[in-house]
Amino acid sequence: MNIDTKEKESSTNTQIELRICANPDYLCVARTAVRQVAQAFGFSEDKGESITLAVVEALTNVIRHSYDGPCDKPIIVKLNKINYGNENKPALEIVIRDFGKQVDPESIKGRDLADIRPGGVGVHVINSVMDEIDFSRADDCGMQLRMVKYIN
Amino acid sequence: MTDASSYPKDIIRGVRHEGQAIVLELGGEIDMKCFIELKNKFKELYQKKPQILVVNMTQVQFMDSSGLATLVGALKWCRQNGSKLKLVGLVQRVRSVFEICRLESIFQIYDSEAEALSQ
Repeated sequence: MNIDTKEKESSTNTQIELRICANPDYLCVARTAVRQVAQAFGFSEDKGESITLAVVEALTNVIRHSYDGPCDKPIIVKLNKINYGNENKPALEIVIRDFGKQVDPESIKGRDLADIRPGGVGVHVINSVMDEIDFSRADDCGMQLRMVKYIN
Repeated sequence: MTDASSYPKDIIRGVRHEGQAIVLELGGEIDMKCFIELKNKFKELYQKKPQILVVNMTQVQFMDSSGLATLVGALKWCRQNGSKLKLVGLVQRVRSVFEICRLESIFQIYDSEAEALSQ
């Protein structure tokens, strides 16, 4: 599910940007924004809700793991309508940037679902919902998650 | 009898006794912000040692994996203590979280509270 460098550079003009504190109180704000954007970009209500879920899981992971809990540090969510892939199909691109700990992107994996226990399934949810995802270290500090979902 | 007055009105809408069952009514949007509150409510209910714990989720409009984790924890407690956990009224957007995490089959899920209480 890696996104190649050429594609990473394909969208430089951010259409919508949301900046929130790494605080669960503001997850509802992100939910509302993503639902509205998904609807505006032509997703069905069900797909829009799945995308919203993926974003909430990503933001929750940032708060829990990158920042080790709620704090005043920022999380930036960028949403773009792009043409993507070999067939240049319309898609929603979501980039989530934090300024917390950097980890090896290869180490970010969902756990085995056969092991039924609470927690640890956020990455699995993101993987299941989105068509492509890519974790990377940001240039100076923190991590970046880029997700793509085709509109049709 | 419903007593919702002492609970935060956003997610915990009430707790009722129905015969040998305790019914916990939830509503709103369950995420990282409120899952501790939900977890604490379950702990409080465990003290009552319910034979059946019914979680009515008819009014839950959104739930992420934090909420799901809390329900998995409740299911484990019920299994370890000879109780039954029954979930009621999952709207599709909530049910899809169970489906994505392949946990739908481990829970007893009912369309209505009456159905959950009669089985």
